[in-house]
Amino acid sequence: MMRPELKVQVEVESRLENVELVHVAIESSLAELELSDDDAHQIGISIREAVANAIKHGNQGDASKLVRVELGIDDGDLLIRVQDQGVGFDENGVPNPLEPENLLRRNGRGILLMKQYMDQIEYTFQPENGTVLEMRKGLAVLRSNSAKQEEERQ
Amino acid sequence: MKIPARHRAGITILEPKGKITIGVGDVALREAVHEALEAGSTKILVNLKDVSTIDSSGIGELVSAYTSVTNRGGALRLLHLPPKVQDILQITQLVTVFEVLDDEEEAVASFAD
Repeated sequence: MMRPELKVQVEVESRLENVELVHVAIESSLAELELSDDDAHQIGISIREAVANAIKHGNQGDASKLVRVELGIDDGDLLIRVQDQGVGFDENGVPNPLEPENLLRRNGRGILLMKQYMDQIEYTFQPENGTVLEMRKGLAVLRSNSAKQEEERQ
Repeated sequence: MKIPARHRAGITILEPKGKITIGVGDVALREAVHEALEAGSTKILVNLKDVSTIDSSGIGELVSAYTSVTNRGGALRLLHLPPKVQDILQITQLVTVFEVLDDEEEAVASFAD
């Protein structure tokens, strides 16, 4: 049964190796939610992409700047907040990775994956406090997927 | 982590295992493809059967490898896509770019075309 009080906070320096660290740290908390394998994978990828973007683009790889990740339950959703200390970016200026001219670019697919795997993603830019990304996924669907997987295994 | 490579009928078969993600397997994949190209191989088959997770960085390395090999007149193809990797290639529409095969014999034969 999912714990309604779930609350996890992780704060790391802006080093790319910390993407793995955050994922491992949060994976054990996600396991408590008894998610289906697919949901756990999709949420894990979304967290990885969000943290990698916060380190690379938000904090520009400046190790003295921190990335803070919070996982919790809010208004019937699993809520993941990722905050950096950067100056923000123009969401509309991010090239669409699905356009034919961008298909063979090495980078630029992180936001696409987060949008696909989460129900909602929203950036808030705060001049003094960096960028906050909030990602949500409805608990009702997560519970239903988990129950379906359990039935299939029996 | 070094990615195991074997050779068959002039084709280099790379067999990454576990994660191809930022800071974990992405650099290893880049190095393995670079080594194969440096050794003169332009026919590369990447067997993804034992890959558990790939993120946008890993996908970026596959795309970059594809471009490098193609620019040298060669071919890079994918073998045995696990469902999670297949899903990400669908989302990113890279299924339209990569030739994906499910059988090694067929894959090897496809390079002779």
